[in-house]
Amino acid sequence: MSNYVAKVQVQLKASVFDPQGHAVEQALHSLGHGGVRRVRMGKSMEVHLEAADEQSATAQVRQMCETVLCNPVMETFSFTLEIEKNGDEVDPVGQLAEIAQGRQNRT
Amino acid sequence: MKWAVVVFPGSNCDEDAVLAVTQVTGDSVDKVWYTQRDLSGYDAVILPGGFSYGDYLRSGAIARFSPVLAGVQEMATAGKLVLGICNGFQVLTEAGLLPGALLRNDHLQFRCEMTPLEVMSNASPFLADYKIGEVIQVPIAHGEGRYYADEQTLDQLVASNRVGVRYLRNPNGSLRNIAGVLNEAGNVFGLMPHPERAVADWMGSSDGRRVFLSMKRFVESQPVTRKGDEKVASLGDRTQTVEVGQSHGN
Amino acid sequence: MATETRKEDGQWAPAPGQSSPPVTVPGDPTPQDIAQDKLYRQLGLTDAEYQRVAAELGRLPNYVEAGIFGVLWSEHCSYKSSKPYLKHFPTTGPQVLQGPGENAGIVDLGDGTAVAFKMESHNHPSAIEPYQGAATGVGGILRDIFTMGARPIAFLDSLRFGPLSEPHTRYLFANVVAGIGGYGNCVGIPTVGGEAVFHSAYTANPLVNAMCVGVLPAAGIVKGQASGVGNPVFVIGARTGRDGIHGATFASAEDPHAKERSAVQVGDPFLGKLLMEASLELIATGAVVGIQDMGAAGLTSSAAEMASRAGGGIEMFLDRVPVRETHMTPYEMMLSESQERMLVVLERGKEDLALTTLHKWGLEIAEIGRVTNDGQLRLWFHDTKVGEMPVRLLVDEAPVYNRPVQASPPLWLPQTAQAENAQFPAESSEGVPESEAAVEQRALTLASPEQWLLRLLADPSIADKSWVFRQYDTTVRASTLVGPGGDAAVVKVSGSRKGVALCTDGNGRYVALNPRRGGAIAVAEAARNLSCVGAKPLALTDCLNFGNPENPGVMYQFAEATAGMTEACQILNTPVVSGNVSFYNQSYGQDILPTPVVGMVGVVDSLDKVVGGAFTCQGAVVVVFGPQDTSLRGSLLANEAVGFPWGDAPALRLEMEASVQSLVRALVDRRLVQAVHDVSEGGLAVTLAEMCIAGGVGLTVALSEPVSSPLGWLYSEGQSRVVAQVSREDLEVVEQLAVAADVPMIVLGETGTPDMTMGDPAEVWWHLPVAQLQQVYREALPKAMATVDGPLPAEFPVRQSDRGERQDLLRVSDEDGRRDLKTGKNQGVRS
Repeated sequence: MSNYVAKVQVQLKASVFDPQGHAVEQALHSLGHGGVRRVRMGKSMEVHLEAADEQSATAQVRQMCETVLCNPVMETFSFTLEIEKNGDEVDPVGQLAEIAQGRQNRT
Repeated sequence: MKWAVVVFPGSNCDEDAVLAVTQVTGDSVDKVWYTQRDLSGYDAVILPGGFSYGDYLRSGAIARFSPVLAGVQEMATAGKLVLGICNGFQVLTEAGLLPGALLRNDHLQFRCEMTPLEVMSNASPFLADYKIGEVIQVPIAHGEGRYYADEQTLDQLVASNRVGVRYLRNPNGSLRNIAGVLNEAGNVFGLMPHPERAVADWMGSSDGRRVFLSMKRFVESQPVTRKGDEKVASLGDRTQTVEVGQSHGN
Repeated sequence: MATETRKEDGQWAPAPGQSSPPVTVPGDPTPQDIAQDKLYRQLGLTDAEYQRVAAELGRLPNYVEAGIFGVLWSEHCSYKSSKPYLKHFPTTGPQVLQGPGENAGIVDLGDGTAVAFKMESHNHPSAIEPYQGAATGVGGILRDIFTMGARPIAFLDSLRFGPLSEPHTRYLFANVVAGIGGYGNCVGIPTVGGEAVFHSAYTANPLVNAMCVGVLPAAGIVKGQASGVGNPVFVIGARTGRDGIHGATFASAEDPHAKERSAVQVGDPFLGKLLMEASLELIATGAVVGIQDMGAAGLTSSAAEMASRAGGGIEMFLDRVPVRETHMTPYEMMLSESQERMLVVLERGKEDLALTTLHKWGLEIAEIGRVTNDGQLRLWFHDTKVGEMPVRLLVDEAPVYNRPVQASPPLWLPQTAQAENAQFPAESSEGVPESEAAVEQRALTLASPEQWLLRLLADPSIADKSWVFRQYDTTVRASTLVGPGGDAAVVKVSGSRKGVALCTDGNGRYVALNPRRGGAIAVAEAARNLSCVGAKPLALTDCLNFGNPENPGVMYQFAEATAGMTEACQILNTPVVSGNVSFYNQSYGQDILPTPVVGMVGVVDSLDKVVGGAFTCQGAVVVVFGPQDTSLRGSLLANEAVGFPWGDAPALRLEMEASVQSLVRALVDRRLVQAVHDVSEGGLAVTLAEMCIAGGVGLTVALSEPVSSPLGWLYSEGQSRVVAQVSREDLEVVEQLAVAADVPMIVLGETGTPDMTMGDPAEVWWHLPVAQLQQVYREALPKAMATVDGPLPAEFPVRQSDRGERQDLLRVSDEDGRRDLKTGKNQGVRS
């Protein structure tokens, strides 16, 4: 099993009016970005999952999108999949707790 | 007559619906927790307003996977009455029991106000006591009530008298001013306005009373036959939804 | 030396004999470092306060302890500057079931039903992130109500902002309104009232005061107490993250988590709703000994306050606190302000009830400690003691300051206001006019009486607030009899035949000009508004929003305003049962207008007798009760004409006020009045116009005697005046009752025609179609807000430069010492 992160993008269908995108577009125009032709807002989600392989992960994420994450009546989706790096994060508190424990045992 | 009002985590008009039905019809009403799958003992179920699951992801999107939706679907198939108000309407569209979808209001704000509605069809058990063309006052209170469906679906809804009520002053950008729609069989009705908040003069309107009275009259005029175990499609199965959507030209 | 450790059987117990001091959590500065490098200053303690902590403990506090003293001894938690004044408030009465000191005050409706209510400020969080600041303010006050065992039934919000001509103010206002709705609508509690007032004094420091009201059985009050030795202590709801922790620790620059951190707390109304339902269900089981929201200073204040109220102690095992982020330290856990968390003490043996309830609602619960009887707040982390402080010292014996108070009122100097009021720049720079005649003359050269009416009706402080209220769910719970927009809201109480009337009031302009009378007016006007709908005022909650308490002028305002409130509370029989003080409200380095906001609750015995403020029909008589007043002192018109608050607070005689209110209530009760509205901002003319606008009914006022000062007659804001519509048949009996009550009454005119006409024998001041008044009144706010219609991403429409500037402002205008830490190292403000 490997850890994957799927970056899912959900957009309103082109035919659906997007008032948020419209408001942002107007604001950008009023701030002097006259070259902005169109803004569409969407949703971006990160799904962290465990799967046997990339193919299985892709299939799972596709099913999530089709059944839950996206409403096909008004939205479309796309996603990318990456292998998730294992963070080599430092755990100062864990260390501290151990140190505390050690110190306590010493006393 | 036995009524059920479903309570999802985040429902907040469940109590209002219970009170309205009790006061208007005198019937007994049960609150049904979202984990209850079996609704076979009820003649009508109301999916109330609120913010089920915080309306996170999309309004109604998570609630539609609740166990109780299987029971709701069963009632719909059995010809019993299913009424979705506001968030309940959103759940019904997400579940594919009604066509279309409800999007964020075009002006991006939550909107709460008394709203004039025009009754477009009184053929259903929900609106039988109204006259076609009658203007009624019912409050709205929603941030995501912009009715959307593709043109073909909209044409079909209009042609088949399935637009139950429409706005006289469109408060949210709904296509064709649609405020509430019916399923093909006419026993599932969803609307964004809140009839349960318009059942007494002190509320500013009592025009909503007849929704519940119409439902009661319909149920009580039916011959007493309880259909037992009817085959019910699995709700977890999205293909079911897609089929419903497609049959309305999706 | 023996360190206290966890016993093998899982029980914790202090070691016998002399207790050993808590250890320094590795990584934290040592007690010696804290002392030598004066690190305690960054934690909000002054030198003197720190020395007192060390002396009382008999040792130097470690970092966790110093942090805890820092927050609990902050202005926000300890009320150290305000305590000496708050103690004068009347807090008792036959109607009071719970006075100040608990999570909320409670009054009796008289039939076994009680009402819990409280108001709280969220000014600074709202200035930093308006949507979340307002939303978390609403969430916090909601939890204060349901922790008393009360089912919340209504919200009200009192807002103060700068002029809407400023883009940044529009951004703040739009997002605060959206945030209030975002939380309140989702939890399903109607927002039924409040106010929105605009003045340049609030430009960089808006006021966001949220009030919540709940209903409970009078016998079912639950308190925030940690009592019963051995009872388990639980944390329920959200996990604890680093939100809201004072970011400015000494090593923040090197802190690897710093860039991930944010002082902004994000609310989760869905979780808040579940927490409310679960808590009420849990309380109904009878298993709850005490329950409290983890608000400001989170775990620290909830634990210390609950132990303090019970007169005992509490010990907590911090490694058992469910956390949202990794590697959180004891310091961080104690100071986190993550939202939607509660601390609950259950009766030992009934834990299973709680588990069942919380699991039903899908909520997390963790046992993190237990109640003790040794009066200590003791903290453990991985079996090691990391903090031990006497609860008494933390809470009850927190410092109290008698700050220097200026002997005379601070003048509201013209330069204060020069930046404001672009409308009349030439006039405002001329200086302070000395006589009332001069002000009236100046006002008349600016505009005619008719133009003033239209101008005032379009002033955002007066104009129709539907733009705000329609973004709130005002009718959920299907119990709103009178929603926003009237003198007071009226909400039906389920389980009772009665209703409650609710309102908020507070005029910073009056308080700035005359703190004592202004404070009294805040109370008087709130009570008057309740009386206008026929309700009997019961009690009040308050948010006392003031500037920097280290400024003796501000302390003068505070001392005088609270004294004025006290006088009014006594005469109007409305004790103070809960409240909140917010200091350090400053805008552009200038203290805000001193703004005590009063939230008042009254009882409506007969809901079918409630009267509105709209003229209902033609041909009825319109009268005004109360003393005649033609002085423009303190009026909005004078402020607009001069450019800043001018003169003095309007006249108020509390005995007359009480008589007028009692008369109005009697008239409503006997159904002798068809519409009632009090005279407030904008004077008699605006009151009458509002009644025309609301009812779509015209009015003709043709005075028989000439008026020497038309503007004064029309726009004076003299207090204790109420306008009513009376039928011809009832006029005589109404007159008799007014005479009997010793209340002056004048017949003004008659309703009818599609127009509003006003004049005296000398002159017709105006003749305007009501439709035009409606248009002016209703379009003003939407027009002013047209450029930010809707919640927008936080990054615009604010320009970068605005934001940078705002950050600087915040650094000098912190609400209290606690929040100093959030925005900078401005510790010099603490004495």
